[in-house]
Amino acid sequence: MSTSASETGTLVGRTDTPTTVRTWRRRRRDRGGPGVNWWLTALLMVLALTIAIPLYFAVVTALKTTDQLGGTGFGLPTDIRWANFADAWRLTDFPTTALNSALITVGAVVLTLLTNSMVAYAIARNMNRRLFKGLYYYFVSALFVPFPIIMLPVAKETAILHLDNRLGLILLYVVYGLAFNIFIFTAYINSIPRALEEAAAIDGASTWAVFWRVIFPLLAPMNATVGILTCLWAWNDFLLPLVILSDPGSATLPLVQYVFQSQFQTNYPAAFASYLMAMAPLLIVYVFAQRWVISGVTRGAVK
Amino acid sequence: MSIQTPSRDEQAGTSSGTRDGREQSHRKPGVRLAGAFYLMVLPAFLLFFVFHTIPVLQGVYYSFTDSPGYGPSSFVGLRNYIALFTDPRVLHAYWFTFLIAAVATILVNIVSLAIAVGLNSRIKFKNGLRAIYFIPNVLAILVIGYIFNYLFSNSLPALATKIGIDSLATSLLTKASTAWIAIVILAVWQSAAFNIIIYIAGLQTVPTEMYEAADLDGASPWRRFRSITFPMIAGFFTINMVLSLKGFLQIFDHIVALTGGGPGTDTESVALLIYKGGFQGGEYGYQSANSVVFFIVIVGFSIVQLRVLRRREVEV
Repeated sequence: MSTSASETGTLVGRTDTPTTVRTWRRRRRDRGGPGVNWWLTALLMVLALTIAIPLYFAVVTALKTTDQLGGTGFGLPTDIRWANFADAWRLTDFPTTALNSALITVGAVVLTLLTNSMVAYAIARNMNRRLFKGLYYYFVSALFVPFPIIMLPVAKETAILHLDNRLGLILLYVVYGLAFNIFIFTAYINSIPRALEEAAAIDGASTWAVFWRVIFPLLAPMNATVGILTCLWAWNDFLLPLVILSDPGSATLPLVQYVFQSQFQTNYPAAFASYLMAMAPLLIVYVFAQRWVISGVTRGAVK
Repeated sequence: MSIQTPSRDEQAGTSSGTRDGREQSHRKPGVRLAGAFYLMVLPAFLLFFVFHTIPVLQGVYYSFTDSPGYGPSSFVGLRNYIALFTDPRVLHAYWFTFLIAAVATILVNIVSLAIAVGLNSRIKFKNGLRAIYFIPNVLAILVIGYIFNYLFSNSLPALATKIGIDSLATSLLTKASTAWIAIVILAVWQSAAFNIIIYIAGLQTVPTEMYEAADLDGASPWRRFRSITFPMIAGFFTINMVLSLKGFLQIFDHIVALTGGGPGTDTESVALLIYKGGFQGGEYGYQSANSVVFFIVIVGFSIVQLRVLRRREVEV
């Protein structure tokens, strides 16, 4: 920390040297070029350590043997034990669990994109009709209904319908996503001029064809947003799998960390290896697509 | 399926009743509204009704019964609701949830607004830093919570003993009076990521000319923030406050990972209590009543908060 501070000190000095005329500096600053605030940069980098520390801690702990634990635990492992990952792999049946998570997430994302956009389209283009307007408020009002109120009955209902499995979970993500997705999809569809659809209709395209060939491709930015948000939700969710899934064989990655807590208590390195393996897939995707993910999430929030 | 070509369009227009005629004056190919649009929304409506509306209604129904979650049950009128208001475990869960939600909402908004202002100013590595601050949003709360659990119960006490801070030498998680702090820290750490991104989006809507004018007037950075930045992003502040509070009132994963509601039932949130009592405690009907009350509380909070913040928005 002290080295970075002294480094930024010299750099601030350097950017300040060219001139001391205030007006000149201000103009340069506004154009964005130099005039970088190095103190602030350093401060934000130090604060970013709060994000890095828990992740660093997870990595070093996952590589230790149990007798290297103790103390603050921040030290590097003296003797790396890769077998922790093998232990975690076996204990949580990682291939099956990860596949469950992947199936549920992919299923939820694909079905959500295909269905929610279509429902939103039908509603957005018929808001002047009482039925569709009512439907809009019916779906969107669910944003105010907290999950705990439906948690007990829906667990019972899915068990009766034999949907207390991965398929049922996918269905619930698609249905519970409707409230928010319709909200942002309709806002976006309203900004698309109707002229395109009308032209296609005159050429003889059916309403279905108009949606799939004209509108759906135009929705690409919103599809990205909804896809990202659904993916983050379905992959990381704990409560819904906890109350819906009855067969241990269909457990998702977060759920399995909960189920094995008692066994992890005696083997922390394996537990941390397991946590890392649960977080890694999405983290890796994020590292490669972070700009896209952030802009997608932003678009959803600003709409 | 639907009537598309202009000639058939006309035909349908003349043959149908006054309703369609009125519709047609609205926009030209109005009659086109045929089965297709209804078919597009029908399955979604049915599924939503079955998996959302029916459970809500069922929850309300069960709240008037003494159902343990299985087998027969009888109607008990308002008895569950009356019992709720005198049950110390329930009252404590509400108090504890309000405490966490209020503190976490305020903290997360201060922290993320400050970081967002930093990330939006003239700094180096802007995109890299932004990407790092967003990382917690892609991690499962439960999983990162288990990592925090170990940090709070082992690393922090060891560190405190080394430095000689006796008050931190025992784990924060063993007492309710300190465990709530750990829960708030995890909650803020995790959800600041999302809020920062929204605030950055808000800050980018502020025109730079306004800052130039303030610069000419010699306004201090704090003054600039108060008089320009904050009023310009008041809408984003409202959204973040409402969403944060609503989210934190339903806090569940954080507590499962850190304390499991313990010691005893001292750190139970309302959502955790509904889960535990409803699924494991044979209090299905009773906790259904609790969830109905909880629903009303959340809607109430959201409305009041929106009203107050919107009025403030207009004032500033």
